[in-house]
Amino acid sequence: MEDSNNILNEVTTSDYKYGFVTDIDTEVIHRGLDEETVRIISAKKNEPEWLLEFRLKAFRYWQTLEIPTWPHLNIPFIDYQDIIYYAAPKKKEGPKSMDEVDPELVKTFDKLGIPLHERAQLSGMAVDAVMDSVSVKTTFKETLAEKGIIFCSFSEAVQHHPDLVQKYLGSVVSYRDNFFAALNSAVFSDGSFVYIPKGVRCPMELSTYFRINAANTGQFERTLIVADDEAYVSYLEGCTAPMRDENQLHAAIVEIVAHEHAEVKYSTVQNWYPGDKDGKGGIYNFVTKRGLCKGEGSKISWTQVETGSAITWKYPSCILAGDNSVGEFYSVAVTNNYQQADTGTKMIHLGKNTRSTIVSKGISAGHSQNSYRGLVKVSPRAEGARNHSQCDSLLLSSTCGAHTFPYTDIQNETAVVEHEATTSKISEEQLFYCRQRGISVEEAVGLIVNGYAREVMNKLPMEFAVEAQKLLAISLEGSVG
Amino acid sequence: MLEIKNLHANINGKEILKGINLSVKAGEVHAIMGPNGSGKSTLSSVLVGNPAFEVTEGEVLFNGKNLLELEPEDRSREGLFLSFQYPVEIPGVSMVNFMRAAVNEHRKYKGLDPVSATDFLKLMREKRAIVELDNKLASRSVNEGFSGGEKKRNEIFQMAMLEPKLAILDETDSGLDIDALRVVANGVNKLKTPENAAIVITHYQRLLDYIKPDIVHVLYKGRIVKTAGPELALELEEKGYDWIKKEMGEE
Repeated sequence: MEDSNNILNEVTTSDYKYGFVTDIDTEVIHRGLDEETVRIISAKKNEPEWLLEFRLKAFRYWQTLEIPTWPHLNIPFIDYQDIIYYAAPKKKEGPKSMDEVDPELVKTFDKLGIPLHERAQLSGMAVDAVMDSVSVKTTFKETLAEKGIIFCSFSEAVQHHPDLVQKYLGSVVSYRDNFFAALNSAVFSDGSFVYIPKGVRCPMELSTYFRINAANTGQFERTLIVADDEAYVSYLEGCTAPMRDENQLHAAIVEIVAHEHAEVKYSTVQNWYPGDKDGKGGIYNFVTKRGLCKGEGSKISWTQVETGSAITWKYPSCILAGDNSVGEFYSVAVTNNYQQADTGTKMIHLGKNTRSTIVSKGISAGHSQNSYRGLVKVSPRAEGARNHSQCDSLLLSSTCGAHTFPYTDIQNETAVVEHEATTSKISEEQLFYCRQRGISVEEAVGLIVNGYAREVMNKLPMEFAVEAQKLLAISLEGSVG
Repeated sequence: MLEIKNLHANINGKEILKGINLSVKAGEVHAIMGPNGSGKSTLSSVLVGNPAFEVTEGEVLFNGKNLLELEPEDRSREGLFLSFQYPVEIPGVSMVNFMRAAVNEHRKYKGLDPVSATDFLKLMREKRAIVELDNKLASRSVNEGFSGGEKKRNEIFQMAMLEPKLAILDETDSGLDIDALRVVANGVNKLKTPENAAIVITHYQRLLDYIKPDIVHVLYKGRIVKTAGPELALELEEKGYDWIKKEMGEE
């Protein structure tokens, strides 16, 4: 008869199936970061003077900063002079049609399940594909344009919609916000730009797929989503990277602005390469995501399924400025092997009768460390603010750690703030019960974990939900017994 | 169908089963009775492969296969079912997902394709009627918030879904009122065929008023000390277990 502890100690053997490298000519600039680097990136992108100035201000500010030490993370030394800040698949000119996109790139995204051919796509989703530092292709751009919706790469937006970009860039996440925000503001390469005009409901899911391919490069993308009055959009973000022994840096910024009665739903399935089972390699994911509920009755909802990255540092937040605005945060964060995650949210209640909901489900296995860190702040004028937070942790091994750091700062006595937290383990009894019914250990873990995360998974758009469910099961394969 | 020869088993180094011999044939219902702590539940746990127990000696053949070499899930797929004395709660996992996973694993083992959603729901409807569970069952989480009676009925429902060759009912009567007991027992009786068999583990005679055993064994201190027909159960009910203890030369 087998020893249950043996299975418990069995470490994951499942392969990261996106770990391949595309062999493609890549244009890279010199390693290291100085003013020259910033100027080169800006010049490569043919940017207006004000944007170069923005970058330089950010760079100079970044130089005064130190990497934050407050997260519950063990971050190895990162040599910022050893990183390449710009890498682009080589091309003569921007592709005007599909035929001009390098077939290797098309193949890569096909392999990732992201078809760039519009006719090959399931209807209902438009994709912006970003490889290393540049956007490769945005699909369904014309269809969306008929409704006045702008969905394009950030670089294109700078060229074609400079007023909008200038108006909103840095308006939610200032370059002074934090170390990684300053770094991103100085060297950001590409990303997506979305603008939904007044009263328009975006008819399809918008999606950006990020892929790091080149070695020794960092990825610094920037996403800006603006929903004008009474507009609605649901936006999905996915990401993968090759398996490499060295760590790679990913420091992104996402800014969302929701005007009066606008609603933005932002979903992420984060699957950066997490490193191998001994903790070697993997992406450092240091991301600043924030939404501003600017208008009355606006709503921003973050849903994230985090399974990848060696280190995750990420707090998608909502500033509830408009009266009656709503912020939501639904998160499943899985850590296995030697992964570390410090993730959560901030809900800043400024307007009257603002409401926020936080549901965080941490799942830890192997030797990983998984922390929830959240802030609920109610300002003096936020009459009638409400928050409900629920933070659950599920432990799959006795060598992992789950931590909860909830902060509250309540300055208005009419506020109602609730916090619930639970910690549980998948018990031997539950596993045995499943096995007695003929369900294998792997399948049982998948069932139980998905059951535990159901409340969050239900918030994902249909197209993502099935993939995310499989991903949850795969990232924990072999981790329990 | 089941041949147990000289089975010894430990938990945490303590020997609980001290040489069990038992033979069950298709079509038979065996009752295993005995005082608390005699090893009844250990026997059922060992048969289904609960990793908390260690087999130190002996052999178990199930339809000719060496049962002790099989993983717990394979024992299930081979047609061995345990109705748990304490069914386990699995929050967030709906009965429909749980049972579909189980049924499909059984089908895969037999080389069959997964059952279609419509057929599966139809099957669930049919089978839950056997133990009078209502239609909310499918969406409820496995055993979560179930009353004691519902949990036991849910065990028999799962048995109906999986159609085992050998079902072990471990103290299925414990904690049941008389109505629930009747529902559960009726369910078990409806599932009885000449091709399958059951081992009913119980402390009391009352379950055996509803599920008629062919053979009754008394388990005492890790050994089967008496085997006879149904009349043995009645005798035990009348005289209690002290009689056995006395016969074994103890007070």
